[in-house]
Amino acid sequence: MRPLEPVSPWLRIVLGIAFFVVFVAAWSFATFGGFVSKTFLADPLTMVNDGWTLIAKFGFMTDIGMTIWRVVGGFVLAALVAVPLGILMGAYKPVEAFFEPFVSFARYLPASAFIPLLILWAGIGELQKLLVIFIGSVFQIVLMVAVAVGSTRRDLVEAAYTLGARDAGIVRRVMMPANAPEIAEILRLVLGWAWTYVIVAELIGSSSGIGHMIVDSQSLLATGQIIFGIIVIGLIGLVSDFLFKAVNRTLFPWKFA
Amino acid sequence: MSKLSIEGVGRVFPGVRGGKPVTALQPTTLAVAPNDFITVLGPSGCGKSTLLRIVAGLDHPTSGRVLLDGRAVTRPGPDRGMVFQSYTLFPWLTVAENIAFGLEEKRVARPEQARIVAEYVEKVGLRGFEHHYPKQLSGGMQQRTAIARALANDPEILLLDEPFGALDNQTRGLMQELLLGIWEREQKTVMFVTHDIEEAIFLASRVIVMSARPGRIKADIKVDLPHPRHYTVKTSPEFSALKARLTEEIRVEAVLAAAEH
Ligand SMILES: Nc1ncnc2c1ncn2[C@@H]1O[C@H](COP(=O)(O)OP(=O)(O)OP(=O)(O)O)[C@@H](O)[C@H]1O
Ligand SMILES: [Mg+2]
Repeated sequence: MRPLEPVSPWLRIVLGIAFFVVFVAAWSFATFGGFVSKTFLADPLTMVNDGWTLIAKFGFMTDIGMTIWRVVGGFVLAALVAVPLGILMGAYKPVEAFFEPFVSFARYLPASAFIPLLILWAGIGELQKLLVIFIGSVFQIVLMVAVAVGSTRRDLVEAAYTLGARDAGIVRRVMMPANAPEIAEILRLVLGWAWTYVIVAELIGSSSGIGHMIVDSQSLLATGQIIFGIIVIGLIGLVSDFLFKAVNRTLFPWKFA
Repeated sequence: MSKLSIEGVGRVFPGVRGGKPVTALQPTTLAVAPNDFITVLGPSGCGKSTLLRIVAGLDHPTSGRVLLDGRAVTRPGPDRGMVFQSYTLFPWLTVAENIAFGLEEKRVARPEQARIVAEYVEKVGLRGFEHHYPKQLSGGMQQRTAIARALANDPEILLLDEPFGALDNQTRGLMQELLLGIWEREQKTVMFVTHDIEEAIFLASRVIVMSARPGRIKADIKVDLPHPRHYTVKTSPEFSALKARLTEEIRVEAVLAAAEH
């Protein structure tokens, strides 16, 4: 092992899987070995069993679908507002001066603290869930996109000017394509955070979704179901991350060539 | 009438953090005739880039003005093509798309764009690399693409700021021949900044020598070597004589510049 020395793709996969194996082994050891009470932590087999019951008998797939739709819906709305605004802020300094202080402030407002307020305003329906995701994501995306666009290489902008580009052309043909991979990366990151907001939103005042199932299971002391729910969230996150990366690779071959 | 006239152009940068203002360029006057190839030679920090950026419209003079075909330069534009010292190809565009950037901006029809791009790809010897991204090219290939990109726009004047500075000696020699060949065939007005004496003589019909900071024009020397020039001219007695003279001019400045630091 030496600093920064790359590993082979094969070894990378083996090592990645090895951690999960070690993790499950430690968990099995703690539970099957009787070191932890079943009331507090279900063993892996019970977890799989509970999970199967959830899907087969309690329509857990619908809950998963609801949660995914809420995350994606709120996140897409946030991105539609935040990406264009972030680009404008990065490109035009007066726009940035106008919005930046407020957005920086709003970014630190915890989305989960808005839930009680949002319930008052929007009830406990879907709109409230979407708004939680929206509030949690929009300010983060705006700021990060503005920073990325604002740090566009100056020499590329100057080169475009000497090739006859005007101001709008600089934004459209230089700043946007130059930062598109970074914007995609920002969206991938914030989507991960959106997942934590949706679960919190579902823990409070909800009748469906993964978070709702987790609260229900708590009152039944069904730790197997809770763990299954958490693992499902992790798996969905992993898959969406993977999809995002794959899409980025095909969209931006110049970056990964 | 001259193509480009630089009239008393000077540039003072405001002091950094309360320091003294820096005079990068003393008021400089220079006229460039149409289809002339002039090289600007000077020690590091003498304001060569500053002068070129002002001509390009990327920087503003604190005194004087620049006229291109009698019209004052106030902002960058496609009539002044520029090749930078750093690699400035757009990384998200292929070689062909980079060359077409200015044409697209001018709303040239697609078939016409393709024709022009093919022509310049050929001229800079990049056939077969049209669909490569800048990342997949060597430094020399990137600068050849940058030259093609600037020329495809058919600018009135081509400005080059040490475009071959980062290349190895052999590649640099080949690039000089390539650029000179294009100029001999196309007849363009060219202003080329360098600190390499051989490069300055080999390319130029006129070498402008600048003094150490604050920069001003110290000598203006005509190069009468015949065209088309072959690299063997670098070993001719005339070339050696010019080189000896310029080396002397530059040495004095380099010593001054070194003493200042
Ligand atoms: N933006 C700036 N702010 C302050 N000073 C500057 C700025 N740009 C250049 N200068 C100063 O102006 C002087 C001339 O700079 P310039 O880049 O034109 O030199 P140069 O002749 O191109 O040098 P080199 O051969 O090293 O590229 C330098 O001393 C530099 O410190
Ligand atoms: Mg320079």
